[in-house]
Amino acid sequence: MRHLGAIGFLLFWMLAASGIYLYLRFDTSATGAYTSIGELEWWFGGVLRSLHRYAADAFVVVTIAHLIRELWLGRFRGWRAFTWISGVPLVWLLYASGLIGYWLVWDTRSQFSFLATLEWTGLAAGAGEAPDRLFSLFVFLHIGLPLALLAGMWVHVQRLGRPKTAAPQALVYGFAAMMLALAALRPAASDPRWDPARAPQDVAVDWFYQFIHPLMYATSPAFLWVLVSGISVLLLLLPYFSRPERIIAARVDPANCNGCGRCVADCPYNAIQLGEKAKVLPERCAACGICAGACPSSTPFRSIRDLVSGIELPDLTIHDLREKLRTSLAAKPQEIVFCCEKAPTPGAISLRCLAMLPPAFVEYALRNSAARVRAVGCEGECAYRLGMELSEERFAGRREPHLRATVRAQRKNNEYSFVLR
Amino acid sequence: MKALRIAAQLALYAPLMAILAYFSTEPRFSAVAPDEALVRVSFIHATQRKEACRERSAEELAKLAPNMRAALDCPRERSPLLVEVELDGKLVLRREVQPSGLRRDGNAVVYERMALPAGRHRIVARLRDGPEGEFNYVKDETVELAGGRVLIIDFNAARGGFAFLI
Repeated sequence: MRHLGAIGFLLFWMLAASGIYLYLRFDTSATGAYTSIGELEWWFGGVLRSLHRYAADAFVVVTIAHLIRELWLGRFRGWRAFTWISGVPLVWLLYASGLIGYWLVWDTRSQFSFLATLEWTGLAAGAGEAPDRLFSLFVFLHIGLPLALLAGMWVHVQRLGRPKTAAPQALVYGFAAMMLALAALRPAASDPRWDPARAPQDVAVDWFYQFIHPLMYATSPAFLWVLVSGISVLLLLLPYFSRPERIIAARVDPANCNGCGRCVADCPYNAIQLGEKAKVLPERCAACGICAGACPSSTPFRSIRDLVSGIELPDLTIHDLREKLRTSLAAKPQEIVFCCEKAPTPGAISLRCLAMLPPAFVEYALRNSAARVRAVGCEGECAYRLGMELSEERFAGRREPHLRATVRAQRKNNEYSFVLR
Repeated sequence: MKALRIAAQLALYAPLMAILAYFSTEPRFSAVAPDEALVRVSFIHATQRKEACRERSAEELAKLAPNMRAALDCPRERSPLLVEVELDGKLVLRREVQPSGLRRDGNAVVYERMALPAGRHRIVARLRDGPEGEFNYVKDETVELAGGRVLIIDFNAARGGFAFLI
């Protein structure tokens, strides 16, 4: 479920690829559109047409599921407000793109949807005039709106470090295979050709996009406006209604910051900018401490009495961590345990996120009497997006600051254990 | 664990496929019952000016800049449009529509839809596009409407007024 956003991107690219081929074969006139779609060969053009339709439907399902999930997890306030708010217009763009796409088929379903939309918007009169010019507008909008959607999706992920816009390979293959199977098993078909003299009866409504039309006929255009605008405004204002979490943002100590940029690269919410030194943007900071874990000055081996890191959390400093570790080591334990506070572990030194742990702390513990060190991260999805991923890269030596080769790391699910070689 | 994830993915794909396949076309929807026909009154019309054009006097013209000396002074505001539709002797629509635009100088836009039982019907459409007086366009016709068909009541002053398009 955590890949819903990435699946959305995957579906967009499926739609773009199948749409480009369909556009090559498409007669962009009111008189020729219906026939040109009917002439697509079933084994290629027909499959791509069906794929285009089902991918568009799946895009709605995935987008709504993504929205509900983020809402359920409370990911709309504070440092996530920008991402949430920028996502709301994308739902509008998705629906506008999809509804207009259906009009291009120029069958009775297009007719029903088009006239119902005009009735809704109060633009119905003169609908029958200049159909070719009108059709050119549909084509223009069906290209322009998805491009606007793509631009919006780009904006949507701007406040995320290393945004996940590509789903894992297994999911890509599985989803693509499912869409192709569906397209082959149940090919999309046109309804009878657009006929102005035919009333909207027995219409094969696509309920993912066109549910608004039956809803309007069951109520009224005004009701639909109130409903749609109300939901949109509510979603847009949601970050301001709810009480934000109290966050004490990370702080940079210029005397200890050498401007290396590791914290900038690792911040999961792009809350740090780099000039000569790092600079924290407090309104974007989640106070996860991942930046402190990335800082090369966050090493307990430094001999100074009051350890200050280049960047750290004021309410949980690297000095505090070293003091906690030293206190634990004074009891000569067999094992030292660090844990993410979202995965509380008895007797462990608690961190805001597992990636807040600089790898040098593991080695420090092992070289100061601990036989073994364990580090426990979030089960399942990381609360700060990248914690487990960054920890894995640092402990495996693929990312700075890396764990030195003298320490052997072993991972089991969300838990690492370390011993000296 | 990996095998379990793949199995869970496959188990999710099947219901998702079924949902996509079904709701992309079903259940079917009818905005009009099978034994009903639909009448759509749908047109755009620029009504007459609310006040007639007036010829400017020589003194008035002299006061204007040389490039503004138009002989006629025509107020921009147009009259409201009054439209009525009578079905089998019963008035089913009477609307006064204001011209669009801040200065009320644009087109008047009319759209109404009404369902009626299939069969033979006498339809009378009337329209007044001047500031006052009687209806200046009337069409009275008896039409045969089958179930599921649409009658469009169109209006084009240049083509003589109302047209009933079946």
